[in-house]
Amino acid sequence: MTGVNDPGLAVALITAMLVVAGAALTLVGALGLLRLKTFYERVHAPTMGSTLGSGCVLLASIVLFSALESRPVLHEIAIGVFVTLTTPVTFMLLMRAAMQRDRIGGGDGRGETPNGDDG
Amino acid sequence: MRRWLPFPWLWLSLTALWLLLNQTMSVGHLLLGALFAFVICHGYRLLEAPRATRRGPWRRAAVAVRLLADVAIDIVRSNAAVARIVLGPGARARTAGFLDIPIELRDPLALATLACIVTATPGTSWARYDAEGSILTLHILDLIDEAAWIRIVKDRYEARLRKIFE
Repeated sequence: MTGVNDPGLAVALITAMLVVAGAALTLVGALGLLRLKTFYERVHAPTMGSTLGSGCVLLASIVLFSALESRPVLHEIAIGVFVTLTTPVTFMLLMRAAMQRDRIGGGDGRGETPNGDDG
Repeated sequence: MRRWLPFPWLWLSLTALWLLLNQTMSVGHLLLGALFAFVICHGYRLLEAPRATRRGPWRRAAVAVRLLADVAIDIVRSNAAVARIVLGPGARARTAGFLDIPIELRDPLALATLACIVTATPGTSWARYDAEGSILTLHILDLIDEAAWIRIVKDRYEARLRKIFE
């Protein structure tokens, strides 16, 4: 790191707000995983952390390190792109596994398991 | 040109990615990245047959930029909506459920992009795609207005993806 370690008040404030917002969104997503009832509802909640949550944290990183190093630091964008591209793969696997389990369990493959166990 | 460099856009983006990851614009890394991207593009040709050149790259790029902007807005909106559902009182009337949407998208890349969009917006998730019947099944957390969801997927996403990929 070349510059002094003080990014200035404005940058520090923006960074702090973005980090807190990102962490809060991820926390709400985790809470949703806990609070929602069925598997299919639950998978929606953690998506908050993998989209806007991580987006805010990455943006904070871009702002802070661009200011500290006085040059655009953009490789965080690559992280965002990779997360967006790879999430659907595991996501679909989970969904398909759940639907398959429901089919075997005697449901119509689209709803909840008959015995109410939502895994 | 096509034979020598099968996927020029893929080549360009991989080179850009290499420079981004190494955080440099030096000539050495530019050449190295270009070389790696070149090799990967030829490897990719083994996976997928080259298709006909798509006409009007700039018009497609403009549609892609608009789509990206709308998706960004949708991500923020749906994050807020899901946060309200999670934090709000449990008694609020809400139905979660599956929704069948007939779609005309055929291109695998376009479908993959649609999957990324659907997965990236909390509140909608990709459940199934039936290629024969061209039916896309989504699971939606707040399925009160089915017609509105179908409109979003078809007009906002599908129509633009067709402009970009077909």
